[in-house]
Amino acid sequence: MSAATFVPPPLAERGKGEGSRAPSGTGREPIPPWRAARPATRTLEIIGAWMLGLLWVAPLLYAVWTAFHPASYATRFDALAPLTLHNFVLAWQAAPFARYFLNTTILVTIVLIAQFVLCTPAAFAFARLSFPGRDTVFAVVLLQLMIMPEVLLVGNYRTLAEIGLVDTIIAIALPYLGSAFGIFLLRQTFRTIPQELDDAARLEGCSLLARIWRVYVPLAKPTYIAYGLVSVSYHWNNFLWPLVITNSVTTRPLTVGLSVFATTDQGIDWSIITAATLMTSAPLLVAFLLFQRQFVQSFMRAGIR
Amino acid sequence: MKRETVQAWLLILPALALLVAFTHWPAATTLIDSFFSTARGNRPSHFVGTDNYADLWGDPVFWQALHNNIVYALCTIPASVLLALLMALAVNEALPGRPLLRMAYFTPTMLPMIAVANIWMFFYTPDYGLFDHVLSLFGGGRHNWLGDRNTALPAMIAVEVWKDAGFFMIFYLAALQTVPSDLKEAAALEGSSRWNFFRRVTLPLLMPTTLFVLVNAVINAFRVVDHIVVMTRGGPDNATTLLLYYIYETGFRFWDTAMAATLTVVLLAILAALAAFQFGVLGRRVHYR
Repeated sequence: MSAATFVPPPLAERGKGEGSRAPSGTGREPIPPWRAARPATRTLEIIGAWMLGLLWVAPLLYAVWTAFHPASYATRFDALAPLTLHNFVLAWQAAPFARYFLNTTILVTIVLIAQFVLCTPAAFAFARLSFPGRDTVFAVVLLQLMIMPEVLLVGNYRTLAEIGLVDTIIAIALPYLGSAFGIFLLRQTFRTIPQELDDAARLEGCSLLARIWRVYVPLAKPTYIAYGLVSVSYHWNNFLWPLVITNSVTTRPLTVGLSVFATTDQGIDWSIITAATLMTSAPLLVAFLLFQRQFVQSFMRAGIR
Repeated sequence: MKRETVQAWLLILPALALLVAFTHWPAATTLIDSFFSTARGNRPSHFVGTDNYADLWGDPVFWQALHNNIVYALCTIPASVLLALLMALAVNEALPGRPLLRMAYFTPTMLPMIAVANIWMFFYTPDYGLFDHVLSLFGGGRHNWLGDRNTALPAMIAVEVWKDAGFFMIFYLAALQTVPSDLKEAAALEGSSRWNFFRRVTLPLLMPTTLFVLVNAVINAFRVVDHIVVMTRGGPDNATTLLLYYIYETGFRFWDTAMAATLTVVLLAILAALAAFQFGVLGRRVHYR
């Protein structure tokens, strides 16, 4: 699938010359597998890999420990420590997290739908129509891959202030809706769809929009899933721009709500802060653990977030 | 105009309008704003030429932020890319608990940076936090990790590396799986050692992926400051101020929009230089179309 062209393809040619010398043995005697290391070395490697793995997952496990135990056990490990959901209850009551969840859900939904609706026709035009200046316009679009909206927060804030949209959910979404990344990704996929299918639909009398909808969109489903997962996780986790543009409970997404909660009156009750932290990350984390393969493949397919 | 041209523009226009309105337009207004003063009270904004740039030149905090950002990039990029490669090599071969291990490496990527920051802030807490706890077992004393000029930036670097390495790992993993098996067989016939095979075959094959990952790592080093906002607010004494954080602080805490615009122009120039490098030098090696 060519959507992954960001992950560079012509691998096969690059190793030329490395394995081209003729093998010295002619007989088909059993060859030890090339990668077989001495057992001792291999054992060390496996131990090393697991040490790194434990190191990597430790912060998360530690957070889970803190969140599910009374504050007095926050830094004391005891197999018999009583489990509790009290921290979650306290966190939930201490800040309007239900509202934050709603805000983030609305935000993510708006972004996802708008990106699909806006990027699909543009991607089709770049992939299958020819018109003067196409490559120039495409280059103009691609600029956004390097200059992401968060870098331009001063200018974007001004624009949104001028049209009176500061502190609205739509304002959080707006800079991300015309997505160069989405256009690029879908264009790459659309280009791989056989032209004959398109021609056939045209002969049957399908209009342009109908062809996009009936031929291109269904065949690009894996790309939509990949793009969707990347987009949802990006905007679920996005922080700096929402922090700047929102200012009240009714618009703040979870990430900003969490930061307000963690920095204001909580003092240093880490158990509650950690509980709130896990709570806000949970939907995405659980979805990831359930659909791991799908997520990893999507990130791979999408190349960049 | 041809019908197809009209159709194409109609299809592109909605997305293009939004994209230009929130990328090219703010970039242009930011550039213009950087030549004007900030409007304050009854003094409207007026043209000041390159005064803002002169001010920036004389601003020690700006140089500090630039310096921090370069150190930050030079540490996070090699560390996260190297670790990503090691992780990918580890889980590319059969070993006990491979799916679990892969998950352990990748999971931090799924957390919001702000959640990561909250968790790590707890680790860095003096006395009470995990680091001081562990060190005290070895007789170490109390240390204010985020409050000490010497350890605050490394603390931020550790957070970023922890979050990014697993993400980059999956690209290496994808590339490793495409290493042709006949190369492996040829190497086996020659009795090539594993290290030799890695150095002479695998590593060159991974070059395009490395370049791709590098580009992403560079962008991240200049774009992600969520953890700074939560953990240090640029402190202590600007030791962890990165460029984008400084823009945020100048623009939205001091409300000096002209200086924030000037800073943004500098950051855009850096990103443009990196983009030119990407498309010029790397573009020839990495396939885009």
